[in-house]
Amino acid sequence: MRFGIIVFPGSNCELDCLHVVQNVLKQPAELVWHKEEHLKSYDCIVLPGGFAHGDYLRTGAIARFSPVMRAVETFAKEGGLVLGICNGFQILCEAGLLPGALVRNRSLRFICKFIHIRTENTLTPFTCLFKRGQILKVPINHNEGCYYADPGTLRQLEDNGQIVFRYSDPKGEITEEANPNGSLANIAGICNKAGNVLGLMPHPERASEACLGSEDGRLIFESVISQMAVK
Amino acid sequence: MKGLLVTPELIAEHGLSPEEYERIKAILGREPNYTELGIFSVMWSEHCSYKSSKVHLKTLPTQGECILQGPGENAGVVDIGDGLCAVFKIESHNHPSFIEPYQGAATGVGGIIRDIFTMGARPIALFDSLRFGPLEDPKNRYLLSGVVGGISSYGNAVGVPTVGGEVFISDTYSLNPLVNVLCLGIAKKDRIFLGRASGEGNPVIYVGAKTGRDGIHGATMASEAFDEASGERRPTVQVGDPFKEKLLIEACLELFDTDYLVGIQDMGAAGLTCSTCEMASRGGVGIEIDLAKVLRREEGMTPYEVMLSESQERMLLVVKKGSEAEVERIFKKWDLDAVSIGQVTGDGLLRVKDGKKVVAEIPAKALAKEAPVYHRPIQQPAYLEEAWTFDPSRLPVPGDLGQILLDLLTSPNIASKEIIYEQYDHMLFLNTVVLPGSDAVVLRLKGTGKALALSLDGNGRYVYLDPYLGGKIAVAEAARNVVCAGARPLAITNCLNFGSPERPEIMGQFAEVVRGMATACRALGTPVTGGNVSFYNETLEKAVFPTPVVGMLGLMEDVNHATTQWFKEEGDLIVLLGETHEELGGSEYLRVCHGLEGGRPPSLDLEREKAVQAACLDAIQAGLVRSAHDCSEGGLAVALAESCISGPGKGLGLEVGLQDGLRPDALLFGESQSRIIVSLREADLQDLGEITEKHKVPMKVLGRVQGSRFTVQGLFFEINLGLEEMERAWRGGLARYFRPQTTDIRLMSEAWSPKSDEKGKAYHEDH
Repeated sequence: MRFGIIVFPGSNCELDCLHVVQNVLKQPAELVWHKEEHLKSYDCIVLPGGFAHGDYLRTGAIARFSPVMRAVETFAKEGGLVLGICNGFQILCEAGLLPGALVRNRSLRFICKFIHIRTENTLTPFTCLFKRGQILKVPINHNEGCYYADPGTLRQLEDNGQIVFRYSDPKGEITEEANPNGSLANIAGICNKAGNVLGLMPHPERASEACLGSEDGRLIFESVISQMAVK
Repeated sequence: MKGLLVTPELIAEHGLSPEEYERIKAILGREPNYTELGIFSVMWSEHCSYKSSKVHLKTLPTQGECILQGPGENAGVVDIGDGLCAVFKIESHNHPSFIEPYQGAATGVGGIIRDIFTMGARPIALFDSLRFGPLEDPKNRYLLSGVVGGISSYGNAVGVPTVGGEVFISDTYSLNPLVNVLCLGIAKKDRIFLGRASGEGNPVIYVGAKTGRDGIHGATMASEAFDEASGERRPTVQVGDPFKEKLLIEACLELFDTDYLVGIQDMGAAGLTCSTCEMASRGGVGIEIDLAKVLRREEGMTPYEVMLSESQERMLLVVKKGSEAEVERIFKKWDLDAVSIGQVTGDGLLRVKDGKKVVAEIPAKALAKEAPVYHRPIQQPAYLEEAWTFDPSRLPVPGDLGQILLDLLTSPNIASKEIIYEQYDHMLFLNTVVLPGSDAVVLRLKGTGKALALSLDGNGRYVYLDPYLGGKIAVAEAARNVVCAGARPLAITNCLNFGSPERPEIMGQFAEVVRGMATACRALGTPVTGGNVSFYNETLEKAVFPTPVVGMLGLMEDVNHATTQWFKEEGDLIVLLGETHEELGGSEYLRVCHGLEGGRPPSLDLEREKAVQAACLDAIQAGLVRSAHDCSEGGLAVALAESCISGPGKGLGLEVGLQDGLRPDALLFGESQSRIIVSLREADLQDLGEITEKHKVPMKVLGRVQGSRFTVQGLFFEINLGLEEMERAWRGGLARYFRPQTTDIRLMSEAWSPKSDEKGKAYHEDH
């Protein structure tokens, strides 16, 4: 039962993820340098937030070519759990492991603040401990968090239940005002068809201890751990 | 360049006086060549040498139990227990930010971060203190959004959270905005590194970005006033690369864990010149470098240009002989260049070669430590007499005090700053237990149960109206904010922003401000660990308000004492610690409601200040205090309003009675010092009374947290406002000046869908 947290040059949330997994959840975890080509020994791979390779050209556009990404692809194909947070979500989209793209926020400004999301699918390994429609208070921290996909893809996401989280108000209503970045259909997080790859813009690791304002994000990690136990 | 003659014009162009030039000749025993002239000019510039400020700065207290490193190194170091220390420093980037706000501010962030990790610390937080002219002027809005954008893009990408700061708007900053950035880092006490070269024969290693022609004479630019043609200096502003800096941080932190490093310094102002001669001078040794080995990104650069370049994201190391390959390997892992460009020598000289040829040879100490020191003439500013004759008591008391409170809440100096700090990553590293938006930010120290609090303060208007008093208040208020957050003030760093030191009135302000700060620092037991002086903040002989910005660091033994400024629960009592006097001079109220910036700033009794802070801290540590908020700009009424509406959740109303005979505007909006509003459970009132009695601090129960309205009843007035109304004013006050930039992805989606392709076709057919 081990978490591997990928470190690209320019990643910056890797230590935070490590802290939550190791110190808060008391699970073994280690950092994995982006040049690593084998991920066999891990149960869950986390792609943390940050600015991999400076996010130059386009967010995630260079990171997808890091050697480790081929290994992540294989790992995902074999059913391993892959969690992409913020920049990690962007990289997963660039790498084709998740559909769609993340473009600049509607406000054209970077946004760092607590928002609310509603859980749309509790059948994934990342949300299996959630109640249906459970609302989480978690922070976002991005400049390019506006989810876009063509209408066909969007429909498929809806039909397959791949939309895992949507931005909502504190009561769980999916409204225009609750959408912080202009994402289509208020999408905050999606998974692949198989359900073992999740990407989300909010930072669950920043909402895993009460003293930081919310513990709601911890449930994502706890869901993953409960799945590992089953396995 | 070889044949270039050193003429009087050339000397003047380099900002050196004829006397300074004579001194250079005496040091060298000959005429300097062109490269040497350039080297002297940057090292002896005001920016690098502190030649006008040194005699005054010496009077600041710099010793204290917890001080491990005072001024003179790249940053100050404070012992915080558990084998850890806090490393912090503030620096200005005013001139570059005026010329090119986005890159100017961005490289300011990059520069101060390097000063911190140079010491062996991981940078964990940034704070910024900004001053602009009125935001009705599009030029000032451009500067504000450019500076905020630059800090946001660089700070977020480099992976150091920007957790707090302050913004103040006044006419005076139209001619010269101020951008001060503070960085805080944490290091192990036994792993502090210094900018000191030692060990003859040890290699000198250049790491990081390649050298280009950018920023040549940046330090000299920062040592001159502006004129109409200042825009032409845009090429002296450098362009930052936060990604490269992030790699540098990680690579250096990896290096700090080894035993290879002897000394390290960043290449900031005056680049290679400053880092080589300062490291040699501090270590009492010499350094010889070969410019032919310096990595470059432009062709045909002369020795002069290489030595003076201020290209960003570069560091200079001295490592143990024989460890070069290992050091190179560490940097290579992070895709960074590391090349040996020279070695430490025993002759005390900075010897610069270009291949085999020596192009400069100067005693390192002469550059770094023997710059001229000036006792510049000092004069009390003439405007003070007139400003002090102003008597606010002759002003009529306005009728609608509720409306005035709303106007004050709308003032950008008081309004919520969330439109700015939401553009900064302020949560990275999971330390920010009190987010921006309270009196001081609180950062926990994981694994220790402790926390640090930090506040930046400096009301330039007070200082302008009374430099000595204003200097004292800057320190006292910063300390008070840290206390309100639940921490004990430890030490300060400071950035002193002034006009031209060549004018006696400016030096008069400077000397008095330093005297005021020194007095307050001594009284409060918070020594100065370092800082930065920025002179020449003026355009066409009009100087900015003299603006000392104080960064106060505090320590909390128990993170559970972290306290915020907003009310917590209905029914709690609201209590004022301290006393309100009839003091309207220098207030935000005078400016907003009467268009005046005059009078004497509020008085400050440092003994009372200490007592109020001690009482508040005792009460917090005793677990009595549910919220604590400093009364500052906007006075009691604004502090009460902020306590109602500034929290993360739904606001809480209050019912307060003020049975005081003062004129209502002074009572509500006067800015008397040494006052803190706390809220507490009614059952704890007696305990609080015992604490305030012990410290001989006046205490008054003002009312109760109650309902959803803001009701203040005085002897001759009443304010009754809805919370929504107040919140709208307060949240929108600054946000209204940021362009509502929006794009809608839905429109794009529609435009790309097949349906709109047909629309597109139709469009083409129609035309």
